[in-house]
Order: sequence, then structure tokens, then C-alpha cells
Amino acid sequence: MTFHDKITSLHLDVLKEIGNIGAAHAATALSSLLNTKIDMRVPKVEMVSFNEMMERGGGADQAVAGIYLRIEGDAKGGMFFILPIEQANHFIQKLIRDESFDFRQTPVSELGFSAMQELGNILSGSYLSALSDFTSLKIYPTPPALSIDMFGAIISFGLIEVSQVSDHVIVIDTTIYEENMGDTETVRGHFFLLLDPDSFESIFRALGVS
Amino acid sequence: MIDSASVVKVGIAQMDVVKAPNTIRTSGLGSCVGVVLYDESKGVAGLIHVMLPDSQLGRTDSINVAKFADTGIPAMVNQLKQEGVQPFKLKAKIAGGAQMFQFTSSKDSMRIGPRNVEAVKLQLKKLSIPLIAEDTGGSSGRTIEFDLHTTKLNIRTVNQGVKDI
Repeated sequence: MTFHDKITSLHLDVLKEIGNIGAAHAATALSSLLNTKIDMRVPKVEMVSFNEMMERGGGADQAVAGIYLRIEGDAKGGMFFILPIEQANHFIQKLIRDESFDFRQTPVSELGFSAMQELGNILSGSYLSALSDFTSLKIYPTPPALSIDMFGAIISFGLIEVSQVSDHVIVIDTTIYEENMGDTETVRGHFFLLLDPDSFESIFRALGVS
Repeated sequence: MIDSASVVKVGIAQMDVVKAPNTIRTSGLGSCVGVVLYDESKGVAGLIHVMLPDSQLGRTDSINVAKFADTGIPAMVNQLKQEGVQPFKLKAKIAGGAQMFQFTSSKDSMRIGPRNVEAVKLQLKKLSIPLIAEDTGGSSGRTIEFDLHTTKLNIRTVNQGVKDI
């Protein structure tokens, strides 16, 4: 029996709520940072194969700006904030007031790179503090790291832990988008929370649904 | 050029074989390692997208052999044998094993890329398969495609351009 067998629809609802609360806080932070309206969609919580996971970010070789941090403490796992390059460019252009900024230029301007790092820092921090408040679990994030690279190369890092017990992963996926840009694949940002297999139980216990 | 050639795509923790003139590709290798085993005289090649170094890391009874270096490479050799390839004719090219993020964590999974590369090389050595070329390490993701006609492994990255090895 694997940990996946024990997950019920009530559990999935709890995980959805985590995605909801976490991303809502992050979207609010992003909105006030950029002074623009940010919308988010209802979180998706699903068990997917590793290859289905690749499709979630637009394909394994899709170029993205990816922020990754690991969470340790009462719950462990990987947290990703993924933006398509176009949208990352747009946010950073706004943030540093430089319309010529482009992540595809090499070398990437240091100011833009650190702005993206800071953006990831703030957003993942808001997501995780909401998660911690909601569950009363102590979680300690590592400093976020930024990579401009292929989605598959980035997200597979978060699959290492789960791949030791399964070929599927439970993904808590919340999509955000700028209201005036519409919700299309090219501008969609994703928060992916990939908990380590052993951590689901801690979360369910903390919320009284074990 | 043969227009009817198609590309066989291999996903993460999967493996497949290809016959010329078709090519075989896997996308978005980060810490994972893409291992190509080929016999150009037969026009057959196999590709595995290895995720973890050692099946001892697997904590379940039923394992997906293609996920691990120590089980995936022997399984690939067996599959190639069924295609009529003689194992001693096999050659290898590998790519991947990057460190996508730099952390100061001591956790072993953080340096999974280099460990994957070491484990792949150990298996190749055990099976006496010569390693003809490699593009490993660094901090860039890679998409690789192997062409049996040229026996070149084409490597695409986001930040470091394209090259053939």
C-alpha cells in the first residue's frame, strides 16, 4: 500500500484549500507590488504522472522563469513559482521600469535577475506563511533560487523525493494571471506545491482530517 | 535527407528504442541523465531518461526500471539484444546531470545530478560499453536528440546554445 491509496476526496479538498489560501496571499502581494489586478483560478489538486506534470508547465522544454525553494520542518516538500518567459519579462519590465528588459538576452541584466529573485521571494513567502498560519505547522523555507531554463529541467528537481516511492505525484497547482492580459497559456503563472510523500499525513493531522 | 523520418519521444523515467532513419529525443533534462546506447552498423539506438542513480533508493517493491541508472541501463541492453544487437558492439553517449539550483544544503538529493552521472558511468563500465561522448554537469537544462545516420547527439539549451557531440 502506498501513500497515494489513502488519499480521499476530503483530503483533496483540504489540499485545494491550501492552494487557495497560499496563492491568494501571493496574488495579493503581486498585485500591490505591480499595482495591477491579478486573478487566480480555482486550485487544481490531482495525482499526475511525471510526464503529465511536464504538460502542466507547457511542456518539458518550454523556457520559463522558475523560482524554487525547499520547505523543511513539520511539512517538507518543494515549492515552485513558474512564469512563462514572456510574462516574467512583462512583470520585471514593470517592476524595474525598463521596457527593454528581456530574460532571453545574455547576459541577463543583474538588476532584472535580482528583481525576479526578490519577486519570487515575496510571493513564495506569502504563500508559505499563509500555509503555515492555516495549518499551524512550523515550516522553514530555504532561500529561493531562480533559474531561467526549461520547465522540465526545473520541475524534475521537485520530483526527486516522490520518485523514490512512486511514479505519480500529487500536485497542488494554482494559476494566476494578470487581469488585463487574459488567461492564456503564454501569460499564466503557476504555483506548484509538491509535498514529500511523508508530509501529507502531517498536514492532514494538523487539520484534523486524518 | 529522408523526409519520412520521425522522432521517437522519450519521457522522464522512460526508455525506448529507434531504428534509422528515425531519431530519438528526450526533453528538459535537468538533474536527470539521458543515456543513448547505439550500434550504428545495425542502425539501432536506445535512449533512457534516468532520474535516480540507484534502485536501492526506491522504497517500493514494484519499480519502474527506466527510472534508475543501475536497472535502466541493463534493461536497455536487453531490449537492444531483442532487436538483434550484439552487446559488445554498443557505444554510449550521455548528457544531463546538471545542478539546476545552487543550495548550501547538505541534503543528498540536492546533488542528484552529479550522482546520476557517476551511477550511469559505473553501469557503462560494468557492461563494458565505451562512452564515446558526454555533455554533463553545469547548471543548464538540456533537450537531446540522437541521429543514427551521423551518430551525433544534438544538445539544445536555453542559455548555452546548441551543439553536437
